[in-house]
Amino acid sequence: VKYVLLFCGSDEDAARFAAMTPDQARQAYAKVGQWWQANESKILGGEQLQPVNTATTVRHFWDNGESVVTDGPFIEAKEQIGGFAIIDVSDFDEALRMARSWPAGDVEIRPVVTQRP
Amino acid sequence: LVETNTAVAAVFREEAGRLTAWLVRTLGDFGAAEEIVQDALLAALEQWSVDGIPASPQAWLRTVARRRAIDRVRREIRFREKLAELETPLPQEPDNRLELIFLCCHPALPIESQLALTLRAVCGLTTTQIARAFLVPEATVAQRIVRAKRKIAATRIPYRMPRDDELDARLAQVLSVLYLTFNEGYLSAGGNEAARLEVAEDAVWLAELLAKLFPREPEVLGLLALMRLHLARAPARFDAEGQLVLLRDQDRRSWNGALIAEAVACLERAGALRRPGPYQLQAAIAACHAEAPSWAATDWPQILTLYDMLIRRAPSPIARLNRAVALWEVVGPEAALRDVQALASELDGYYLWHAVYAELALAVGQRETARAAELRALELTRNPAEQGLLKRRLAADAC
Repeated sequence: VKYVLLFCGSDEDAARFAAMTPDQARQAYAKVGQWWQANESKILGGEQLQPVNTATTVRHFWDNGESVVTDGPFIEAKEQIGGFAIIDVSDFDEALRMARSWPAGDVEIRPVVTQRP
Repeated sequence: LVETNTAVAAVFREEAGRLTAWLVRTLGDFGAAEEIVQDALLAALEQWSVDGIPASPQAWLRTVARRRAIDRVRREIRFREKLAELETPLPQEPDNRLELIFLCCHPALPIESQLALTLRAVCGLTTTQIARAFLVPEATVAQRIVRAKRKIAATRIPYRMPRDDELDARLAQVLSVLYLTFNEGYLSAGGNEAARLEVAEDAVWLAELLAKLFPREPEVLGLLALMRLHLARAPARFDAEGQLVLLRDQDRRSWNGALIAEAVACLERAGALRRPGPYQLQAAIAACHAEAPSWAATDWPQILTLYDMLIRRAPSPIARLNRAVALWEVVGPEAALRDVQALASELDGYYLWHAVYAELALAVGQRETARAAELRALELTRNPAEQGLLKRRLAADAC
């Protein structure tokens, strides 16, 4: 069964990460690397994303057919999505276990649409 | 009619969960299974109220449910396979109600939905009954159930026993759903008395079922003992005029001694397993009260020790507030008042904090403070029985 794990963090999390010494940052990355390795067989793909201040949004105005390119994210929020993983697991509880063991913040789990009408 | 209702409730409790569990397994679709069982139960309610309960209510319900399930699978591709399964008589199967309970109490569902789903799918309550018991509109309950079923289907929440390493946490979740259900029925006053009592009894029945299925889980036994101890004292909680009576003033002769003995035996069985936990400790505290001949002759030092153990395992400001009441009896009001004051910011929105604070303030001679706290307590409770009690107390202070 497929799910997407969305790795979330607040602005404070980002600030804390930015304030880390190089050594601490290395350790944090090592933990994430270990998680990724330990779950390799269940991960179909995934990436860490550049911070939200690099985001660009294209907005469509359906009434006049125009699209406008704006600097910034689709949703302005205190929490951001810092990365994602697409996983294929035996059931939802296994997805929960993976999310629980993620070492770097909160995780939103979303089922994917499998049957299209 | 009341007797019929009780008899019907008993049949539903015994049959609904088994039937749902069997259908979920056969159809592989929780939402459909749950709806079919509800349909069958509603049909039963209608027909049995005219013809009386049939000789074999079990067979009656299963026939109706099977017929509806067959109607449904005919529309499906895999229908031959499922049809074959539906047409074989229900074998003496293992009890799958446990899997069903774990599904309904999955932590990925909102807690209100866990309560409603468990009562519907496992105990066979109708949406109307749940709404009446929880004092919420029927549409709200219906919506909670629809959303929860949608989430179960979309997220594919599994229908199976939790893994061993997850069992403790999942079982704790189930127990908290049962206790919330029980409290909703038993502790909250107002609304439809009978409907609420029924829900409390459903919660007890579920705890008994769990105790049967998990005979070596002491917290299950602890919760069961706790519920029985509450129920045993239920007749004394309200006086002839329907006013709430505090434990201190209750007529202890009207407590159900047999039920207390049963609860204590249950608690002893739990204790023998040597894994204490919050429900066992709360039950032990309730047992101290239940076995005491009077408020004054209660073993307060023992209760204080039990609260300390409880707070160490499951720290909560409410447990600390209750501990303060025991401290009052053991040490005196000044010490208790200090502890209660320390909880002010955490429990400011909780009417009982203000009620206890008022009593303690009065005990040390701070009449004005006490009165202000009583007024605040009155403001904070919407429960008519509790409002009545506070009003009587305010009137007494004024004399």
